[in-house]
Amino acid sequence: MTALTDDTLPVTPRAMRDEMILFVVMAVLLAAVPFSGIYPFFVMQALCFALLACAFNLLIGYGGLLSFGHAMFMGTAGYCSAHALKVWALPPELGILVGIAAAFGLSLVTGYISIRRQGIYFSMITLALSQLLYFIYLQAPFTHGEDGIQGIPQGRMFGIFDLTKPTVLYYVVLVGFLAGFLLIYRIINSPFGEVLKSIRENEPRAISLGYRTDQYKFLAFVLSGTLAGFAGALKVFVAQNASLTDVHWSMSGEVVLMTLVGGLGTIFGPVVGAFVIIAMQQYLAGFGQWVTVIQGSIFVICVLTFRRGVIGEIAHYFRRSL
Amino acid sequence: MQALYAQLLVGLINGSFYALLSLGLAVIFGMLNIINFAHGALYMMGAFVAYFLLNLGGINYWWALLLAPIIVGIFGMILERTMLKFLTGLDHLYGLLLTFGIALIVQGVFQNYFGSSGLPYAIPDQLKGGMNLGFMFLPVYRGWVVIFSLVVCLATWFLIEKTRLGAYLRAATENPTLVRAFGINVPRMITLTYGLGVGLAALAGVLSAPINQVRPLMGADLIIVVFAVVVIGGMGSIMGSIITGFALGVIEGLTKYFYPEASNTVVFVLMVLVLLVKPTGLTGRAA
Repeated sequence: MTALTDDTLPVTPRAMRDEMILFVVMAVLLAAVPFSGIYPFFVMQALCFALLACAFNLLIGYGGLLSFGHAMFMGTAGYCSAHALKVWALPPELGILVGIAAAFGLSLVTGYISIRRQGIYFSMITLALSQLLYFIYLQAPFTHGEDGIQGIPQGRMFGIFDLTKPTVLYYVVLVGFLAGFLLIYRIINSPFGEVLKSIRENEPRAISLGYRTDQYKFLAFVLSGTLAGFAGALKVFVAQNASLTDVHWSMSGEVVLMTLVGGLGTIFGPVVGAFVIIAMQQYLAGFGQWVTVIQGSIFVICVLTFRRGVIGEIAHYFRRSL
Repeated sequence: MQALYAQLLVGLINGSFYALLSLGLAVIFGMLNIINFAHGALYMMGAFVAYFLLNLGGINYWWALLLAPIIVGIFGMILERTMLKFLTGLDHLYGLLLTFGIALIVQGVFQNYFGSSGLPYAIPDQLKGGMNLGFMFLPVYRGWVVIFSLVVCLATWFLIEKTRLGAYLRAATENPTLVRAFGINVPRMITLTYGLGVGLAALAGVLSAPINQVRPLMGADLIIVVFAVVVIGGMGSIMGSIITGFALGVIEGLTKYFYPEASNTVVFVLMVLVLLVKPTGLTGRAA
């Protein structure tokens, strides 16, 4: 079994400093968006997907587990948040919590089931589980089937921040994204993250060293699923709807694509990938199904010639981990 | 009771498709170590090739049954030669990602030209009409699909388990380097195996064309169910794939009769149950 990323460099204090500098640059650039004339809705959408892709990357890039059903966490959290906001009329912060809790519960169950098989089977199981959920949501009354939950009130966060104002909403989403990103960064560089990487590199050896690898993988799955749920809950405020597209397998495929383009197992890769793919969809929206064809082509090109992804290639060139 | 038998028949037909598709997946996985995500798209191509042959070339169903698997099989072999073979030695996941990309391309192209609605494909004259079996009315074409699929599945099993070619194939699955040392052209065998698996998918596509209509996305959802079938049955045994495929089709048919709301989900629920009780799958070896 060859490793997913062929060059894992030790995280030295210097590398960590570089990463923190890059993080600050990213945060400042993103914070400047409302003053730049860039359409904030586009950036907010991209940020939600970036967080989703980062959560997905935690599992594939550091745990070596390719989930082909990550849309189920996003969609579930989206539906539950939307329901809590619209029907129960909860304030935004509680609505987000409801979504996160739902994704947490779902990842406990699906993680328990899917972690039982490895490699390719794991991918097929997560895909099948997300399809199971898709059909449940298609029939469940509270999701309103094909229509989805629409016209979700955005409300006031903590009673102060008026989320109906685009700029306020933008900064709330940005803070949410940065918090999620830092949490993932912390997880990756924790002792837990190191064990996870060792499992990715050589699971039998990790077992022989006394680690209960199943527990580590399960915890990584739950963390990843819950964070994906956070992204889904944030997206409800941006899109103001929750629909079946968010639980469909094609959405799971898009998340995989974003991470692959940016670079599997890189810290900033999923963010770059999410912006690239969302921008592409935006610009090519008029071309109908050719978008699917282009996405498929990117998959093929990435796998055949560009397996490290954008950030992975840059990091490889500079011999850094990014 | 009539309705029950009718649903059982539908179940058997779906089971035939599950069996043909999961059989192809298992054969391909054995040789190439790749889960062929493009299987559903190639199944769809089989149906479309039959449609083109009839409407553009005036070539009837019977020839399509032979030609479509060959044409799509050749397309598959080109894919293997130009792309899949470069994945040797890489993590399994890249094969899944690459074939997923291929599936998106193929489905996207067909969707552009044919939309998402279905194109009709007429049942051939010889198989029109039905038979009264006493306890139920059996449309001849549906009976034909079940029996023909079963014959093809068993023939594939025979080819792989009982012939000299199959013995080479199984040997190359176990240890390709050693088989090469005996002077057998393993890369060519890999290409042919992929062609065979893809051909089976295309054959299932032709069989389903008169029943399910010809649609660009006809394989997209089917392949996910087939993945669940593969997880349940395991890919270790050819006969296992065949039996699991038919059995799950029948269970799905029964569900349609007794509790129709769950008919979409029953295969996935069964997959969960199997994973909880016997994580390696019913016939599978550890992956």
